[in-house]
Amino acid sequence: MELDNLLHGKSEWLKGTGPKSDIVISSRIRLARNLEGFPFFNWAKPKEKEDTLKLVRDAIEKSKFLKKSLFLNIKDLPEIDRQFLVERHLMSPEHVIDLEYKGLVVEDKEIASIMINEEDHIRIQVLQSGFNVIEAWRMSDAIDTDLSKKIPYAFSTKWGYLTACPTNTGTGLRASVMLHLPALIITNQIGKVFQAISKLGLTMRGFYGEGTEATGNFFQISNQVTLGRSESDLIDKIGSIVDKLVKREESTRNILMAKQKDELADKIWRAYGTLKTARIITSTETIKLLSFIRLGVDLGIVSGIDRTGLNELLILTQPAHLQKLENKLLTPDQRDYKRADLVREKLKGGT
Amino acid sequence: MQCDICHTREATVHLTEIINNKVTKLHLCEQCAREKSQEMEEHFGLADLLSGLADLVPVVEKDEKITAETGIKCACGFTFNSFRKMGRLGCPKCYETFKEQLSPLLRKIHGSDRHTGKLPMKKEAIRGKGALLSDLKTKLEKAIKLEEFEEAARLRDQLKALERKKKK
Repeated sequence: MELDNLLHGKSEWLKGTGPKSDIVISSRIRLARNLEGFPFFNWAKPKEKEDTLKLVRDAIEKSKFLKKSLFLNIKDLPEIDRQFLVERHLMSPEHVIDLEYKGLVVEDKEIASIMINEEDHIRIQVLQSGFNVIEAWRMSDAIDTDLSKKIPYAFSTKWGYLTACPTNTGTGLRASVMLHLPALIITNQIGKVFQAISKLGLTMRGFYGEGTEATGNFFQISNQVTLGRSESDLIDKIGSIVDKLVKREESTRNILMAKQKDELADKIWRAYGTLKTARIITSTETIKLLSFIRLGVDLGIVSGIDRTGLNELLILTQPAHLQKLENKLLTPDQRDYKRADLVREKLKGGT
Repeated sequence: MQCDICHTREATVHLTEIINNKVTKLHLCEQCAREKSQEMEEHFGLADLLSGLADLVPVVEKDEKITAETGIKCACGFTFNSFRKMGRLGCPKCYETFKEQLSPLLRKIHGSDRHTGKLPMKKEAIRGKGALLSDLKTKLEKAIKLEEFEEAARLRDQLKALERKKKK
């Protein structure tokens, strides 16, 4: 598999399928693991970093779950490709800060990926489309169990999996669900959701996880507690909260449709009009307006466009993706022109 | 009787609110009652919905005032002061080295300092599942004898999980 094949293939998480995929974009499980007998990455000497990269890579290559995967040495990648992988959510923005001795393994369907030598030696990630946390957990659990037969993990019976940051200790598990909640935003209920969520030991973040802002009504909800609870407990809890949020979003959409249908349709059609006619557009504005069109499709106001196409636009209009599509580096200004062209082209069919 | 809100239509809905032990009675017409109930729903609905779950999880506190400072250095060269600066530990052994400082911190972050989740395969394989089982059983008996019930509950859960796995 080549990196460039990813550009034209569709990521599993963008398929727009799976349970509740009108409101839930994707579900992700991340497991943090470290090798016994080595310092954590940020405290390790170059030789030790080299060793952990090799040990983990060898173990992954022997794993039956990752036979058709692609290994990438982050240092060898052009900057645009690194950004491209971050935009596709295959690795974190932190993974490209210090490039030496870092690796990424991408499974051929782009469902599973493993970062080697991020802040922890191993970070297994499984990303599924729709509300599918349990499926994502099963897959990451299987990969993790398989790897743990091949390499000794840093583990304590008292504290569980030992991680560089104590906020991940224990299960090392972070479950995240990406939601599209426009109705809760329009009706100003999101503030209360934020409050309630933080009280429950969960956090809410933007499109790209930690430290990013919410754009276009997309939010990522994840657990903060990792110790003292079993994996299934943590997953159950996040599942039950997401379930409640989905129901709330659904009922609010129904109320809006009953009480303010015309105002809502106006917002949606204006967004549609802008995207269909704009000549210059930033990625933030694009995401914001695409969010309204997505709502319009969900509510049956807009037709002729499918969710997969909209999901695809969300990612193709990101800076590195645009440049890969054009096959050359573009300045931010040039990107805004190209982005508008791409969006107009893709939205041709809708009515 | 006239509606308390619009003062025009006939009141047909009678609402009793109790806020801080103060009872207020409202007499409303159907239309105003519907608007009122929607407003209340918007204000309290979600909070109520979610607060029911609040007791399931520990509250995460933001302030982390870990003051103890020691001259202890981990074998990897890390001191607790370096942790304070970097927010990351040096190596897996640091957990044991700084357990006095880390235990309260872990409890603060997670509401617990005991792992109850998955175990790695290698740990189980090396010691043999049977050996691990009997090991856990001995520890459990000891914990009960010493009336360390928290520890006992943790061991019991680990035993259960292992036995379940064995059956599979």
